[in-house]
Amino acid sequence: MSEKNQQQPAKKGWLRQAREAALVPALAVFTGLLIGAIVIVVSDADVIAAYGNFFSNPLHAIGLTFSTVATAYGALFIGSFGSFDRLVEGLGIYFSTGETRQLLRAIYPLTESLVSSTPYILTGLSVAIGFRAGLFNIGAEGQFFIGALCSAYVGYSISGLPAFIHLPLALLAGAAGGAVWGAIPGYLKARFGAHEVVNTIMMNWIAFRLSDWLLTGPMQASGFRPVTPNVAISAELPRFFSDPIRLNWGFILSLAIAGLVYWLLFKTTIGFELRSVGNNPDGAKYAGMSITRNIVLVMTLAGALAGLAGTVQVLGVDRWVGQGFSAGYGFDSIALALLGKSHPLGVVLAALLFGFLRSGAARMQSMADIPIDIISVIQGLVIIFVAAPAIIRRIYRLKEKAADEESTVLTRGWGR
Amino acid sequence: MKLATRIFVALMVASLVLAACAPAAQQEKKFLVGQVTDMGGIDDKSFNASAYAGILQAVSELGIEGKVAESEAQADYVKNIQQYLDEDADLIVTVGFLLGVDTAAAAKANPDTNFAIVDYGFPDCWPGAEVGKDCGSDTDIPNVRGLGFQTDQAAFMAGYLAAGMTKTGKVATYGGIPIPTVTIFMKGFEAGVKYYNQQKGTNVEVLGWNTAAGDGAFTGNFESTDDGRNFATNFVQEGADIILPVAGPVGLGSAAYCQETGSCLIIGVDADWFDTAPQYRSVLLTSVLKKIDVAVFDTIKDAMAGEFTSGNVNYTIADGGVDIAPFHDLDGQVSAEMKAELETIKQALIDGSLTVDGVLGQ
Repeated sequence: MSEKNQQQPAKKGWLRQAREAALVPALAVFTGLLIGAIVIVVSDADVIAAYGNFFSNPLHAIGLTFSTVATAYGALFIGSFGSFDRLVEGLGIYFSTGETRQLLRAIYPLTESLVSSTPYILTGLSVAIGFRAGLFNIGAEGQFFIGALCSAYVGYSISGLPAFIHLPLALLAGAAGGAVWGAIPGYLKARFGAHEVVNTIMMNWIAFRLSDWLLTGPMQASGFRPVTPNVAISAELPRFFSDPIRLNWGFILSLAIAGLVYWLLFKTTIGFELRSVGNNPDGAKYAGMSITRNIVLVMTLAGALAGLAGTVQVLGVDRWVGQGFSAGYGFDSIALALLGKSHPLGVVLAALLFGFLRSGAARMQSMADIPIDIISVIQGLVIIFVAAPAIIRRIYRLKEKAADEESTVLTRGWGR
Repeated sequence: MKLATRIFVALMVASLVLAACAPAAQQEKKFLVGQVTDMGGIDDKSFNASAYAGILQAVSELGIEGKVAESEAQADYVKNIQQYLDEDADLIVTVGFLLGVDTAAAAKANPDTNFAIVDYGFPDCWPGAEVGKDCGSDTDIPNVRGLGFQTDQAAFMAGYLAAGMTKTGKVATYGGIPIPTVTIFMKGFEAGVKYYNQQKGTNVEVLGWNTAAGDGAFTGNFESTDDGRNFATNFVQEGADIILPVAGPVGLGSAAYCQETGSCLIIGVDADWFDTAPQYRSVLLTSVLKKIDVAVFDTIKDAMAGEFTSGNVNYTIADGGVDIAPFHDLDGQVSAEMKAELETIKQALIDGSLTVDGVLGQ
């Protein structure tokens, strides 16, 4: 991924540009973690008790504060990257005996983090591409479900195909399902002016209830569980290692698609039109671009991306769809598109951050007894700071933003 | 900018140093029990919460170390189980049938770790099912204990009570999803009403479930309290005045409707709603108790004592694993005669002279 180099006239050097672009998000994440630490501390009964006796034993209270935070974030770190000691041990065993079990165990947390990041990358791109065209796609969650169900259907209902036909077919089915689910609110917006925020939310509910019905009826596996049958092996995205490591080609695919979206947005006429419509619809119209066509197009693409996220999750990780298939990837993706400033590279980085946080949270929960919800708190804080950069600039006394910097128009008002 | 960078670097270094010191505090290892919830989460006021209550009891009484990992998506099941294997947990408790296949796979791959699964049991395969895909195992797994509950016995008593208490001659039940652990409540409830009709020569009707047809009313989810409200509204319009919702938190919507309109009474499920949903005490007739906490506690105790046994343990009304809750605030409305009859029924269920299938088969 060497896309840091933006195509804007390089007034400053791309390295400096990238650093300035990343400064506020990075500080936002840092501040989020800092406030998250405060939340962890004040929600810990032992620490509160220690502060009750602060004046008799202040060192104990302060020490306990730091050790609580260190334990929590230490577990978060180890849970998302893995333990260094184990890696060394695993490598040692691998080189001396050729035994890979310990090594695989050592890299398991890292691979799980990448697995968690994969759907975030694709749903993030889905929302980001909408933002670029001035549309707010809140429907990624529904598109995610529809994509998953379509690809699962193709995955389990067809058998006997070779993998090189079956797998692409299942991937396409998922993307197509999501695309249709995104295109409907796009068309309603373009043709009737119905606001996409309202319509994508409604489409989410339709998708949820539709999946409830499909899973307890037409698509239900034999037996009583309300889940789809497993997809055929020929439709599975191959995994890189043996069980329980679930890292699969879906991760590589999502990175490739991020590159493709970058190319589409910044190197093609279509992308230029999309961004023009987002920046200034009146100007774009005056320049002869079709607003209608572009709105439908971008919602279709956004839907396809979110649908593909669901697809990759089914074919690569879960292999079947149940009612709790998504952990809210579609909703989190709004946040991470904001954090990534709707740039594909930014989205990938933000998705990795979210994936690592989510994945590490499982260990933090079990090692340090911190509820997994703290991650949502941190994510929420980060979003507030990214959405209101003035707070960050004030806290860290950064210079005001230069006026000539490119700013991304997020969404337009009602009724356009 | 410079100042900001300095603060930033200083804090980063400080946090890294602190993070590095973190794992230093290692204590002697206690007996470690880890629970993996399903999507309902730990505060679902239903089986996840109940299983965790059993672990907490073991923490305070047996001195174990108890942990819980919440699953937010189905992809988390494997990860959370793996997490406890990684920590060398002594017993891993998984909750719900959705974790069945993953639990079986993990148990087979790690024969030295004991597992218990709530509301499920092995073998779980049916003819034609593929092991590892449709079901977990076609044989007993030596390191897994399944925890089952004969909740139809307790629901039978609730049904008898409801039939005796109804003023309209109609009672109702509905479920979340048509799975055996849900329909067993509805079946027992129907049987209890039928038994009352046989004994008293009445003709109380059950809306929302029919064992003979194998069909009933289902919300299709375990989340929407709006659905619970709607189902209650419909049942009341059809003439029912006592409702047994078997859909976790969905039932709270029905309870809210009953309380606002004063047109119906509610029978809680799993835990005693008098404690878990105190805001609806005024319309709570009783609760059908499913003591998952007792089952989990027993399992931990056995595992600690080295007496862990595999196979399925079925908790019944005889051992107190299922029961109905006291009538609490509505105690005055339940006649002494009804209470005596319920006690007789309970004894008959315990000694086997009365069975749910027996009543339904007649």
